[in-house]
Amino acid sequence: MLTFIARRMIQSVLVMIAVGLITFGLLRFVGDPISNMVGQDTSIAEREQLKEDLGLNDPFVIQFANFAKNAVKGEFGLSYTLRVPVSQLLSERLPATLELSIMSALLALFIGMPMGIYTAIHKDSWLTKFFLSSSLVGVSLPTFLIGILLILLFGVVFRWLPTFGRGEVVDLGWWTTGLLTWSGIKSLILPTITLAIFQLTLIMRLVRAEMLEVLRTDYIKFGRARGLSMRALHYRHALKNTLIPVITITGLQLGSIIAFSLITESVFQWPGMGLLFIQAIGNADVPIMAAYLVLIAFIFVAINLMVDILYVVLDPRLRTTVGD
Amino acid sequence: MKSIKTYLSTVAIAATLALPASAETFKFAYQGDAQGLDPHSLNETFTLGLLGSVYEGLTKYNSNLELQPALATSWETTSPTTWKISLREGVKFHNGNDFNADDVIFSWQRTLTEGSDQKVRGGMITGIEKVDDHNIIMSTSGPLPVIMQEMTFLYIMDKEWSEANGAAESGNVKNANDPGYATSHANGTGPFSIVERQPGVRTIMERFDGYWDKGVSTNVTRVEFTPVKEAATRVAALISGQLDLVYPVPVQDWSRLEDAAGVRPLAGPEARTIFLGMDQARDELLHSSVKGKNPFKDIRVRQAFAHAINLDAIDEKVMRGAATPTGLMVAPQINGFSSSMNTPYAYDPAKSKALLAEAGYPAGFTVTMDCPNNRYVNDEKICQAVTSLLAKVGVTVDLLAQPKAKYFGKVLEQGGYDTSFYLLGWTPGSIDAHNVFQNLLSCQNHEEKLGAFNLGNYCNARVTEITKLIGSETDQAKRQALIEEGFKLVQDEVGYLPLHQQPLSWGANDKVTVSQRADNVLDLRSVVIGK
Repeated sequence: MLTFIARRMIQSVLVMIAVGLITFGLLRFVGDPISNMVGQDTSIAEREQLKEDLGLNDPFVIQFANFAKNAVKGEFGLSYTLRVPVSQLLSERLPATLELSIMSALLALFIGMPMGIYTAIHKDSWLTKFFLSSSLVGVSLPTFLIGILLILLFGVVFRWLPTFGRGEVVDLGWWTTGLLTWSGIKSLILPTITLAIFQLTLIMRLVRAEMLEVLRTDYIKFGRARGLSMRALHYRHALKNTLIPVITITGLQLGSIIAFSLITESVFQWPGMGLLFIQAIGNADVPIMAAYLVLIAFIFVAINLMVDILYVVLDPRLRTTVGD
Repeated sequence: MKSIKTYLSTVAIAATLALPASAETFKFAYQGDAQGLDPHSLNETFTLGLLGSVYEGLTKYNSNLELQPALATSWETTSPTTWKISLREGVKFHNGNDFNADDVIFSWQRTLTEGSDQKVRGGMITGIEKVDDHNIIMSTSGPLPVIMQEMTFLYIMDKEWSEANGAAESGNVKNANDPGYATSHANGTGPFSIVERQPGVRTIMERFDGYWDKGVSTNVTRVEFTPVKEAATRVAALISGQLDLVYPVPVQDWSRLEDAAGVRPLAGPEARTIFLGMDQARDELLHSSVKGKNPFKDIRVRQAFAHAINLDAIDEKVMRGAATPTGLMVAPQINGFSSSMNTPYAYDPAKSKALLAEAGYPAGFTVTMDCPNNRYVNDEKICQAVTSLLAKVGVTVDLLAQPKAKYFGKVLEQGGYDTSFYLLGWTPGSIDAHNVFQNLLSCQNHEEKLGAFNLGNYCNARVTEITKLIGSETDQAKRQALIEEGFKLVQDEVGYLPLHQQPLSWGANDKVTVSQRADNVLDLRSVVIGK
């Protein structure tokens, strides 16, 4: 068991190094950050000096070694354009992204699951057909478009909800939350829906497929033969067995919600990490881009590591085979 | 973790609680954020424009870009290189300190410190002598007729405040451990003080009650600035009434703003001239089908290009009629502009074809064009239009449109001027033609800092000479004659292909009145919110 965890940890570290190397290599091609850092009157010599001092002329290996050395300490340097330490920027933006991501995951789960169960049990009802066909829209429309449509409808036409930003946030010192003010909650609604729609349809279809599978199994038939009520069969016996893969997938999806929230964040000017990253791309703000990509890789690696460990804990068969 | 909100002054927060009933909040958005609050660490239009409501220079521009006194009340030259300047009395910084000559000397010296991006402006001054608290004598390296224009963006900081907070030197982007106190805190003499700033998220300002200019027209007491990156989001926020003013607005969205109730597009000519440049220096173009020679060295080819480009079509189709087609490399707002010389090259594709044939390219040739796609108004679309116009005379353009970070990295000197044909825009920061001569029209000369942005190295010794002459000529009539002589040479030799002055494109709520300055600066002093 311990050997297994240790082995997985070492693998994770290797993955992180590989991700760091690849992202850092790619960042050399995003363009010249210098022209965004100085005014047009600044002399060429000044520009060259700045490039030299920032270490942008160093060989790749040295640049990466410096970057890795500082990254291990949690230091990612100063943002070229916002002129604030990147670690401070990320920690300021993290609450916004996490709040949005978690609310979206919850929304997807608590609406997607009942919809999935309903469509599995009532296979032929008109509501099922409606859910299934409208879910196609959710899967196929790009997030950007959904966001803009929601803004147009609820922000511009009806004017019920704010179209950008986080509203008033409450600063708890270590965390900022929009959940404690009315304007913060209102601001959260549209981005949450936008980000949740894809996950919601995914969960709905997953639950439906799993449920249909389970309803076909022998123990459900025996249960029915024994005279259990349909209600008990569906919600007590079938649902429980449906949920195991659903929870796994939802957990794994949380990583991608956090990572891919950047489109939603940029449509709604949501001050999270994704927006920070998008803005950084436009300005070739290398320290922010590098730190963001490494952080996202870390989130994915950490979630996967946890899932792997949980599997071993939950499934004794895995434990014996890897224990050798 | 550091506290998120940077409260700059507890006094200002107290003032919030005691706002009068007539408090007017003005909310606006721009596509990006100011790059820090330090007035000397970046010489960039938006950053300096936003800070212009917090800090002030010795002089300022009014809404027509005419020079006005600000912290200086009067100035005169006592010799070609010395200026006697009287400073305004009774001016207070936001923290209550008095403004005096020491602050001016301190701020000038600060622009010369390592992290400063204002060294060019600061370097024009060789010394400032304090006569008394409100009189100084400033010397310049040579005769500099535009020095007081340059002073508009050399903002004055409080010596005592800066020194007490370890901000005596300009914030330095190279210093990863300490961006500098003044990067996140501000203390100026302007009408607004910064009370909260979250970089990239929002900046909040409050009206400064002790502002010296009681005649300032704005009735705004609180300003909320949010950077909003997506144009669609900005426009939606304006139409839905959440923001009072947004810029830039895509030219394509003007009709939407006209149709929507309660908002309007604000358009005006910007002082930025968009033009095309050609590599006229290399013996063989880097990116062309022509080998062994450089077609752009032949004036007939340059003329052919000039006659092939239909400025009116670009204005109508790409810019929705909002641009101002131009024949000069400077806009009407710029000192040195001459309306009689502002006639563009005539659109004449037949003549263009004939000229190409005469030059030995009857079947045209292929050249790669470099173009930014997120820097100027509809930049990539303009390049596409140029591509199709040139195709009509037989020239095949391979268009390489890239984000500005990649584009500038390739075409500027750091990239070795790696371009054969390009689109660029330029606003002279000093609102004077000399800046254009110096950066765009002079032959490239690294030592003398000339022609640094003359990417194709158009080179005429007389134009370079004129650059030096107008840099020091103080007789306005003589100077204007020299400027016009220079422009004439560039036009006759087709050194550049000017396209147009791009439009300023803002959107505002109907209750907001604001003057739209041609340098695309939103001066909060001019913002009035009606009922």
